[in-house]
Amino acid sequence: MLAYIVRRLLYAIPILIGVNLLTFALFFVVNTPDDMARMQLGVKRVTPEAIEKWKAERGYDKPLLYNGAADGAEKVTSTIFFEKSVKLFVFDFGRADDGRDIGHEIRTRMGPSLAIAVPTFVLGLFVTVSFALLLAFFRATYLDFWGVVVCVAMMSVSSLFYIIGGQYLVSKVWHLVPISGYAGGPDAMRFLLLPVLISVVAGIGSSTRWYRTIFLEEIGKDYVRTARAKGLSEPTVLFRHVLKNAMIPILTGVVVVIPLLFMGSLLVESFFGVPGLGSYTIDAINAQDFAVVRSMVFIGSLLYIVGLLLTDLSYTLVDPRVRLQ
Amino acid sequence: MHEFPRHVWLLVFAVFLGGCGEVWNNPYPAQDGGSNTFYSAFTERPKHLDPVQSYSEDEAEFNAQIYEPPLQYHYLKRPYALVPMTAEAVPRPRYEDAAGRPVAADSPRVAFSVYEIRIKPGILYQPHPAFARDETGRLRYHDLRREDLASIYALRDFPNTGTRELTAADYVYQIKRLAHPRLHSPVLGLMSEYIVGLREFAQRLKQEDAALAAAGRRGAWLDLTRFPLAGVETLDTYSYRIRIKGRYPQFAYWLAMNFFAPVPIEADRFFAQLGMAEKNLTLDWYPIGTGPYMLTENNPNARMVLERNPNYRGEAYPNEGEQGDAAAGLLADAGKRMPFVDKVVFSREREGIPYWNKFLQGYYDSSGISSDSFDQAVRVSVEGEAAVSPEMAARGIRLEASVGTATRYFAFNWLDPVVGGGQADAAARERARKLRQAISIALDWEEFISIFANGRGIPGQGPIPPGIFGFKAGEAGINPVVYDWSNGASQRKSIEVAKRLLAEAGYPDGREAKSGQPLVLYLDTTDRGPGDKPRLDWYRKQFAKLSIQLEIRGTDYNRFQEKVRKGAAQMFAWGWNADYPDPENFLFLFHGPQSRARTQGENAANYANAEYDRLFQQVKHMDNGPARQALIDRMTAILHEDAPWSFGFHPKDYGLIHGWVTNLKPNHMARNGLKYRRIDAALRERSRAEWNRPVLWPLGLIAALIAASAAPAVIGWRRREQSRGGA
Repeated sequence: MLAYIVRRLLYAIPILIGVNLLTFALFFVVNTPDDMARMQLGVKRVTPEAIEKWKAERGYDKPLLYNGAADGAEKVTSTIFFEKSVKLFVFDFGRADDGRDIGHEIRTRMGPSLAIAVPTFVLGLFVTVSFALLLAFFRATYLDFWGVVVCVAMMSVSSLFYIIGGQYLVSKVWHLVPISGYAGGPDAMRFLLLPVLISVVAGIGSSTRWYRTIFLEEIGKDYVRTARAKGLSEPTVLFRHVLKNAMIPILTGVVVVIPLLFMGSLLVESFFGVPGLGSYTIDAINAQDFAVVRSMVFIGSLLYIVGLLLTDLSYTLVDPRVRLQ
Repeated sequence: MHEFPRHVWLLVFAVFLGGCGEVWNNPYPAQDGGSNTFYSAFTERPKHLDPVQSYSEDEAEFNAQIYEPPLQYHYLKRPYALVPMTAEAVPRPRYEDAAGRPVAADSPRVAFSVYEIRIKPGILYQPHPAFARDETGRLRYHDLRREDLASIYALRDFPNTGTRELTAADYVYQIKRLAHPRLHSPVLGLMSEYIVGLREFAQRLKQEDAALAAAGRRGAWLDLTRFPLAGVETLDTYSYRIRIKGRYPQFAYWLAMNFFAPVPIEADRFFAQLGMAEKNLTLDWYPIGTGPYMLTENNPNARMVLERNPNYRGEAYPNEGEQGDAAAGLLADAGKRMPFVDKVVFSREREGIPYWNKFLQGYYDSSGISSDSFDQAVRVSVEGEAAVSPEMAARGIRLEASVGTATRYFAFNWLDPVVGGGQADAAARERARKLRQAISIALDWEEFISIFANGRGIPGQGPIPPGIFGFKAGEAGINPVVYDWSNGASQRKSIEVAKRLLAEAGYPDGREAKSGQPLVLYLDTTDRGPGDKPRLDWYRKQFAKLSIQLEIRGTDYNRFQEKVRKGAAQMFAWGWNADYPDPENFLFLFHGPQSRARTQGENAANYANAEYDRLFQQVKHMDNGPARQALIDRMTAILHEDAPWSFGFHPKDYGLIHGWVTNLKPNHMARNGLKYRRIDAALRERSRAEWNRPVLWPLGLIAALIAASAAPAVIGWRRREQSRGGA
């Protein structure tokens, strides 16, 4: 098992280098260091000297990938790509283009992102799995039919509609919670209630249909028929046998997203004014801040790799037949 | 066993309600209810709060309340007028010849303008740890080691603060900071052209910084006081002198900007210590000033909080304004000590919908009006008068409309062989001029303003907007190439006139006379999204009136800027917001030597006209008066004839203000308006309570709906279980 984990972690290194290279290429296809400097220095009265100075101070005055003017290894190391990428592997994210510490920002913003993402994840999982089990219980009845219709309708609606509609009804018309904003401590609950609720509701349609399909596949298997033949009640069959055996496909979709909860939600954080990592990423893209964008992409990739590893490890917990070598 | 969860739920509910206060949707802590606080929002996080770098409106919203340059704009008077802030008086320059002998203002021998500024004594800085002293009088936090900062994460973590009196040396120090090699002042280039010795001073500092780096002390404290700046000197504790090359009357306006606000050397030294920058402890993050407010919370991700500076000297509210100000209640507080508001809370709102709804709920005290909410907020009468809608009026919301000191234009690139005016051949230049004039007539900006700006704009007759010297209203001010004066109003010339000009330009019916090929022109724009299509269709329609084919070249902003920089864009729409209320700040946009493509200047159209350039050199240094007006009229006439721009419109700013806010008058030059504002917190509290009563019946309805939806499932479940039991 340990050897497997180490091997998987070593695989992560070339993947992360590749992701970094791709991010770098995509970013600099549409942006030049001059563009970045102009974005930071503003539009008015920017002189070419100021742009050169800005680039030199941040190391953007070097060639992108290959420094033909340098000697030896410096042909590769004295480049923007190398200098900006290597430190990421020791989690030194450096400074944003406006001079602020990216690591500090990430640490500060992780809390608000998790405050929305974790309850949304837990509550959403509970609601959708329960609903899917209920539909599976009433399979091939009018309840199942209308349940699926409702799910299809819900998944057809844009998440933006849920957000704007939810804000309009719950906050503007009914005056039950603040429309947007964020506060720390116990006061945070007033601000989190609506985004969490909306995120859960927005995810019910697609997730329920997916879990229902998994459960229906399990319900048709021999061991379920055997359980029923033994006289077990339907809830016992569903919760103790079907749910347990359906865990592999559920875990495949669920565990991988757990680490990504840190990254926050771009849309929800933006509309609800939550100062999390999602809005940080959006701000960085708008500001053409490569330092932040590459850091967030790097962390996202790393967390995704960790998520996949955790998924594999979780298989061994729910299915004793699985052995990782 | 069931008691514990119930208690938990009760506790959670109690905390929830406890945080809500009388209303449930209040985004602010309940204990802040009724406080003398002004609530506002910001959409873009400020990039810089260091006054030497900050140059955007978003940042000025905060900095202008904290920093105090020597001058400011009169809050109420129009046209805009400079008045003292920390200075004793608005300085009047004296003039010297090259040998330093006094000469008359209008003398051709003027080589230097000398500004002597005397500041008021007794002005104190806000409390700040950079000023804190120990029992022996030593600055307490100026020799910190890295480990001393172990438990410091924000400025408030320093237990001690101090203050000191503002001195003239602080102003001199800040002017030196403009040239600091590690800072990026956007005005260094411009100021180096005017302030005597600034360019050389910047070079000297650059060498010194390089020497520090070579000695392995990169980033070490660079003491600017060690290096003299020839054109700027401290005369005594309260006076300093600035020598300007030649005449530059606009310099007084710069003295009202934060680039010339004081920065105490203690602050620079304090933040330069090892380990400070790593913790975001910088002057760029924590401004320090003498103004009415100080920044007590800097969390640009969520909120910024300004609180009353306890050391503020207190400035008197203006005693006079323009006509109508007294009737509008704007002089009710005349002579009273400012500021009136104790605290200002700016919340980050990235999206317009929550911003607007929170304003309607009374959680923001003022708001702009987006196109989406315009119809809900404003009614425009048939006479064109705008007023708040009945819905807004019922809530006591007022509308404040004002014409901004800005202009939006449609530029023809002077370097372009088709629409430009830089051709060697006189006949070709004439053809292009007539083509530009024809397009200027065809572009119906009145329609554009009506469709895309909800009527919020005044069609441009020239580059200078209303409220700035040089602007002329009425018949005398119209662009005679594009408009006629008829029935007491300007009327755009008919499209037939434009077609005739087009034919004279060699493009009858939109086709080149010689080849018969259709005339195809190119508009470079950043508008590319689905939401931009109506605007792009409008442009196509305007050119189609002349049977000209318009190709839209949509691109991202970086590429667009690059094209303009290189002079590769044929036509483009852009805008300009004034730095200061002087016609020079608009007329220089056509000054040939400031061509964007040639010199990276602000003349984006790359316009060049020898007579215009000559007149500009005269007009830029003149005081306002009939002689200056005459020259401006001539320059404007040249622009009308040459038509390097189709003068689009001067935008009108509409703002909504709740009834509990008073003393608010739009001022497009002064950003330090918060100190004048007054709020009636009790009225706001009552209004919020009235407008935001929780509506609880939907919760019952939702519960009933869930129960009704669950009922068939429960019934079905029981039936199944019973049938299994029965079987």
